[in-house]
Amino acid sequence: MRKFRLRGWVRRAWRAGLLVLCSATVSFAAANTAPLSPTNIFAPDSTPAQSIFRISAFVLEITGAIFVVVFSLLAYAVIKFRERKDDDGFEPPQVYGSNQMELAWTVLPVLIVVVLFLSTAQVIHRVQDAREPADAVQVTAVGHQFWWAYEYPQYKFSTANELHVPVSTAQADQPTFLKLLSADVDHSFWVPRLAGKTDLIPNHPNTTWIDPHQPGIYLGQCAQFCGTAHANMLLRVYVQTPSDFQRWVHQQEQPAVNDPSVAIGRTLFIAKACFACHTVRGTIAAGKVGPDLTHLMSRDTIASGMLPNTPENLRKWIQNPPAVKEGALMPKVDMTDEQLTQITAYLETLK
Amino acid sequence: MATDSITLPSPRAESRSVVLDWLCTVDHKKIGIMYIVYALIFLVIMGCEAILMRIQLARPELHFMTAAAFNRLFTMHGTTGIFFVAMPILIGFGNYLVPLMIGARDMAFPRLNAFSFWMTAFGGIFLYASFFAGGSLLQGGGAPAVGWFAYAPLTSPAFSPGHGTDFWILSLLVAGVGSIGAAVNFVATILCMRCPGMTLGKMPLLAWMNLVTAGMILVAISPLTAAQLMLMADRFLGSHFFDPAAGGQPVLWMHFFWIFGHPEVYILVIPAFAFISEILPVFSRKAIFGYPAMVAATTGIGFVSLGVWAHHMFAVGMPSYGNAFFVLTTMVVAVPTGIKIFNWLATLWGGKIRFATPMLFCLAFLFQFLIGGLTGIMLATAPFDWQLTNSYFVVAHFHYIIVGGILFGIFGAFYYWFPKMTGRMLSEKLGKWHFWIMVIGFHLTFDFMHVPGLLGMPRRIYTYQAGRGWGVWNMITSIGVIFQVAAILIFVYNMVHSYFKGAVAGNDPWDAWTLEWATTSPPPDYNFSTVPTVRSRRPLWDIKHPEDPDWKYE
Repeated sequence: MRKFRLRGWVRRAWRAGLLVLCSATVSFAAANTAPLSPTNIFAPDSTPAQSIFRISAFVLEITGAIFVVVFSLLAYAVIKFRERKDDDGFEPPQVYGSNQMELAWTVLPVLIVVVLFLSTAQVIHRVQDAREPADAVQVTAVGHQFWWAYEYPQYKFSTANELHVPVSTAQADQPTFLKLLSADVDHSFWVPRLAGKTDLIPNHPNTTWIDPHQPGIYLGQCAQFCGTAHANMLLRVYVQTPSDFQRWVHQQEQPAVNDPSVAIGRTLFIAKACFACHTVRGTIAAGKVGPDLTHLMSRDTIASGMLPNTPENLRKWIQNPPAVKEGALMPKVDMTDEQLTQITAYLETLK
Repeated sequence: MATDSITLPSPRAESRSVVLDWLCTVDHKKIGIMYIVYALIFLVIMGCEAILMRIQLARPELHFMTAAAFNRLFTMHGTTGIFFVAMPILIGFGNYLVPLMIGARDMAFPRLNAFSFWMTAFGGIFLYASFFAGGSLLQGGGAPAVGWFAYAPLTSPAFSPGHGTDFWILSLLVAGVGSIGAAVNFVATILCMRCPGMTLGKMPLLAWMNLVTAGMILVAISPLTAAQLMLMADRFLGSHFFDPAAGGQPVLWMHFFWIFGHPEVYILVIPAFAFISEILPVFSRKAIFGYPAMVAATTGIGFVSLGVWAHHMFAVGMPSYGNAFFVLTTMVVAVPTGIKIFNWLATLWGGKIRFATPMLFCLAFLFQFLIGGLTGIMLATAPFDWQLTNSYFVVAHFHYIIVGGILFGIFGAFYYWFPKMTGRMLSEKLGKWHFWIMVIGFHLTFDFMHVPGLLGMPRRIYTYQAGRGWGVWNMITSIGVIFQVAAILIFVYNMVHSYFKGAVAGNDPWDAWTLEWATTSPPPDYNFSTVPTVRSRRPLWDIKHPEDPDWKYE
């Protein structure tokens, strides 16, 4: 009787387990349409990330198989060899070892390691030693506490925090190669759907590359602890069609708009020493410590992706940057409300 | 004339003499217990730090604490956990057990032993003094905020003004001296002080594993000490080892740190292996399966682990062949580790398993260490690691090893050897509550912590934006902490209560086979009235089974 009930319990547990498994599978399938996260490493959309995804899946399969086998053996041993209530009180037979078995469970893992190593080495080579084609878009990314500078040496302009690259399709392959430098401490460039992370280390130039297959915005953030505001050193990559990208490049190459209606704000930008850190091409402002503001209003966000670029946010930011983003190195500059309005008005003309 | 009289010591003088007795002791058992109690205090402190961080991360964009405070907390949590919880507690158990298990009357150098403990103790106290060395306490005071591996040049005066980093450097320097002293002592004790008949091949596995650990400490702590001295020189004497502005190399620090840091992981896990290798056989009622293979695997891990450090640096931009080399060495570690798991499995096989609390923790260790080892293989795959390193996946992985593996092993050791140390049993009933609530808490926290890593959440961020899909996973992770806290409270209560009111243990409550169970509980000063002589790896088995002793088969 008791045995029967136990069996019923096992069957019910088994059914519940199956149900959970099925619903998990369904929700994962659904995840493809409504993504779990914009930064899911298992939703790759660029060749390096896809190569990583394939080797990851392979490793997951092998480790999953090992897990199932060893877990089952352990669970079986624990259940099967438990001390019974009706134990005879004698010690079980003492077994001291077996050379054949030791040999078996040494050789088998060695074989698995060889397979895993060879397939891993192949992917390392393919991703890391990929040759840069002559027509690749080049970007130099410089990590700063706590924002990103992007220089486009082929086009002779630089921008900040929002990286724009062209889409790369099967018909028109157009990778972007990034040179990674740091102006201060270690940072790490990580946009999970495009590539694995690569550190930006002073005195240690690195490279990485991406070839996103779909236009759109890809998110990421700094992945190496770099100081107080590390958590808000966010990354945005804008992938554009070739024509959109060319239009964006053309617009970025222009010097700053010179709107006479905000002359007071422009003067204040100099008088309040903003120019010592920021560049506005076409004016005397040529600072390199903070983000290039030449086309500030072409960006969706400020404070390295932390806030939408609205007039209210911009004003709040200029008024007291460390109050908005703890640890930000841009200082609070003393100015009256009127001056604040005038500087904000000037910046809003930098389209 | 003679006014000689006998004065009885006043109770106050007596209590003073008890304190003095502990402060001045050179007895390995007292020093071992001091290490363990010291580490337990720091375990509670680092746990409190973890609780605060998990509150802050439970939901996106919370303002429970500032970024500055959070950064100090994770630095202190990590540094404390490695240097002032895990290392002292494991050295403490080794200190207590190794002389007893090899039939010695003390460590080889008792004064060095006391010196090593006090150096480690001062290191931890000094680190925590930084809280009071400037700034508001709510912001974490003057504590360091550089992460436990303190990558240059964030540690330079330009980016870390104040003295938090100096506290960090000095405390690790001091604690490092303590660790090296302890390691020298272990090597000398194990090589020179074994009782008659105990050849290296008849030594308990716990002694073997502590010998390998001590050897690794000697090799691994030295580069850390060297790096700390260089960093000190950079900060105070104007040298430029790690200063990029003057041609120094931040990458150099990474190599120095990780050539310490990776062997360190094995320095922590091998003593946990040692607990498992002693407890598992006793509660399976069988001899350890494949003793020579276990010794070989341990020694193998010891050597190979010295050549794997740069797997922490796959994203640093090493050349592809450099990355491939460290993939290979790291994966090779899986082979001896696998041998161990299979030998433990074979020890269970055909036994009569008794589910006492020490055994429960050891069995959980096996399952959890298996998972932690397999996620380790994922991380060893350099391309996969480019995604996973510095994400919450890696945080979950090493907590799986440190909590699910090492801490569970330590809990097992507590339940197993507490009767020997105090003469009283820990309550089995409370022990089982502790075990099951800990298992639930551990899995809620650290299973679900893997997911935000896979979804792109980097470690060491004090907050995150909504819309990244990380919120729910972090919430579950934080909820698990509640269970872990409850489990720890039960454990602490169990220890305090059982110390005074627990059942009397007797010499050998578990019907075990190694020498520590041949003496009284707690053992007298100098352990054994007559030095024992052994003929096999399980001297007490030989006594209990004169008709079928081990030495006939070994």
